[in-house]
Amino acid sequence: MKHNKTALYLLVLLLVLVGLALTWQRHNVYQVPWLPGEKQQVWSVEAKLEFLGSGEPALVSLALPDSQRGKELLSEYTASPGYGLAFVLREGVRRAEWSISRAEGPQTLYYRAEFTSDNKLKLAQSKPALVASPLLSHSGPQSSAARQLLSQASLRSADERTLVRELVREFNAEEQAVALLSDTAPREQWLQALLMDATVATRIISVLTLEDGRRRSQLSPYLQVFVSDSDYFLVDPYSGLPADEDHLLMWEYRSAPLLDVEGGRYSRVSFSVIENKLAVRDIVAQRHQSIASLHDFSIHQLPLSEQALFKGILLVPIGVLLVCLLRIVIGIKTAGTFMPVLIAIAFIQTSLLTGLVGFVLIVGVGLLIRGYLSQLNLLLVARISTVIIAVIILIAVLAVISYQLGWSEGLKISFFPMVILSWTIERMSILWEEEGGREVLLQVSGSLFTAVLAYLLMTNHYVQHLTFNFLGLQLVLMAVVLLLGSYTGYRVLELHRFYALVKRK
Amino acid sequence: MGFFLWDRWHQLKGMGVLGMNRRNHHYIGRYNDRSLYPLVDNKLNTKQLALEFGVSTPKLIAVVDNQHDVPRVGIILGKHKGFCIKPAKGSGGKGILVITESRLADDGQQLQFCKPSGEWVGLAYVQRHISNILAGLFSLGGATDVAMVETLLVPNKELAAFSFQGVPDIRVIVFRGIPVMAMMRLACAASHGKANLHQGAIGVGLDIHSGEAVHAVQNDHRIELHPDTDIELNSLFVPHWDELLELSMACQEISGLGYLGVDLVIDQHEGPTLLELNARPGLSIQIANNAGLIPRLSAIESLNKPELMSREAKLAYAREHF
Repeated sequence: MKHNKTALYLLVLLLVLVGLALTWQRHNVYQVPWLPGEKQQVWSVEAKLEFLGSGEPALVSLALPDSQRGKELLSEYTASPGYGLAFVLREGVRRAEWSISRAEGPQTLYYRAEFTSDNKLKLAQSKPALVASPLLSHSGPQSSAARQLLSQASLRSADERTLVRELVREFNAEEQAVALLSDTAPREQWLQALLMDATVATRIISVLTLEDGRRRSQLSPYLQVFVSDSDYFLVDPYSGLPADEDHLLMWEYRSAPLLDVEGGRYSRVSFSVIENKLAVRDIVAQRHQSIASLHDFSIHQLPLSEQALFKGILLVPIGVLLVCLLRIVIGIKTAGTFMPVLIAIAFIQTSLLTGLVGFVLIVGVGLLIRGYLSQLNLLLVARISTVIIAVIILIAVLAVISYQLGWSEGLKISFFPMVILSWTIERMSILWEEEGGREVLLQVSGSLFTAVLAYLLMTNHYVQHLTFNFLGLQLVLMAVVLLLGSYTGYRVLELHRFYALVKRK
Repeated sequence: MGFFLWDRWHQLKGMGVLGMNRRNHHYIGRYNDRSLYPLVDNKLNTKQLALEFGVSTPKLIAVVDNQHDVPRVGIILGKHKGFCIKPAKGSGGKGILVITESRLADDGQQLQFCKPSGEWVGLAYVQRHISNILAGLFSLGGATDVAMVETLLVPNKELAAFSFQGVPDIRVIVFRGIPVMAMMRLACAASHGKANLHQGAIGVGLDIHSGEAVHAVQNDHRIELHPDTDIELNSLFVPHWDELLELSMACQEISGLGYLGVDLVIDQHEGPTLLELNARPGLSIQIANNAGLIPRLSAIESLNKPELMSREAKLAYAREHF
């Protein structure tokens, strides 16, 4: 067998050079800063429209969000191969209109916009005219029940804010009346009708919740309640409390239909959100840029929902590298080679403390259950399946208990990959029987230690910035892993293990 | 701290201690052809090979390769006083169940089996163990496996005196056909009858020249006396030493692996017997011998095609140099 180290070193060198060159190019040509630095929050929001073409001409019209209080529209892009596109203003509403002479089969259209958060930005919005709602115009049990709720709420209110709060509280308390009302119209329409009746100008708007990495989410109805001609606040019709506008984007707020499709069936629209931190100077540059011409080879060309996915995926090599380092150079024992990386990914979703407590709790109880199952004389596959089901039940019970205790963190426990948990339990219980509790403790703590380190690295602000913005670094990571593959020195823990040999000399 | 580690590093390097990374990269990766692994990773293949070449191995009582047959193993097992159940593809001694005695329970219906620790277990326990083996619990990568039932070896009387429980086995590292280092592993109370060093068994380094003990360790610490029997370990010497070395070299030849661990046992009746082959032998043998492997391995690497030397020449080389 020929073992040529030169070939390996050449490959490593090539990878490092190409990787660094790509990284340098990203930095120089596209002005991506090395460090996160001074940043402004930029929300990229994307609407994905899908419908089934019927082979006829199709016209698709989507209401578009605009700059609004606290959010400035920076830029917008669309992806719609083969479609004609126009941005039009129709009855005061900005809309994107796609058209095609023949749409056949499943069609997908994308619209993406980028908004910066700017708390100083004030934009006036016109107050809707007060009109009597048809819901309350004719007398009947429903309208009188609704008016009953309103009169009780107004007794306890002093201004618009308190009126809305108390009205929603009535809706939450009076289950029977609300069940009656919901037969005719959804809650937000009743609320709007009643508020209008109480001379509070209110509009139903569609709002997108801004949360990094959200995919396939939907708009939710909110109430926009005006306190003066231009000043308003937003209310969640289910909590009644003024909403935190930092994390909301008003998508449709002029009482127009969101989506209108002619020549297609089964149309639907879903939304993705990703949070970027852009350097202030980039934002300035982007403002002057006309609509997208990105020739830049990067993840940022992908649709947002894929970008959100990649933001996480691109962190995995960091965890993998760490596992290589800890196993090859340090010599830490872990249960399963890359299980710590999977646990770390789960930690990212659950947050560290919840994840750790949840993991130890589930594996601990799982081991007890497994201990009992071993007395029942079952086949291995069935036994692991039983453990999986037990783990699921355990997670469900934990989620319910923590919800009841008002500890919402506990709900996140369900992010743990259950099959991995179950295999861990099975392997650990065998290890316990064969090698004793000490070895189990050693491997579990080794795995958790690695997972926590990986978590800390993968959630690091700088690491996230670098991996997401500089794809070339992945090649460098690969080169480092390749080099580690040819490391033949001692592992740090071996220095301790073989020390007995030296000591006696 | 950094200096302290650096210091140790150089001391170990000076002694020629072989580390895990270097073993994997430099010796296993270079001298053990992947395609030969199934010969040693599957003990059934090893056994077949050993039979073809006339190497004695424990007798095969039965092979259970199907869950369907598990309920019926009692019929076969009950006929044997002692036996050993192994997964064919097990690694690192995992999944080996030794039964020293079998009997009918007091009611005359149920079979009972005695483990080396003296604990009695029922037939169901043994059946469950076989099921686990079949499902691949102990095999590398969780592949499905078959269970082998072998006769129990009776350790040679001279050696049995040194061991507290279980059968003492002899591990010889053979590199490119030449035995380079050897040790004997003795089970003791602390290791619960198991002969794995990391479980607390005693490792006795053996002189390649004579088969006499040179050094003994338990849990990486030097010991003089067997903790259970108080026998002086330095007085230990392995009988039939030449035959054992011959056997280990024969195993290397039939397996074709360049860096090989050969586990041997001296049976009271059969004499030197092959227990199993290991393509990734552990490194603790260096602690048991109080010597590093690298100088010996490097000496052999400097020879021209040592594989082609005659057995006598290999043996003479090993005796002269190690």
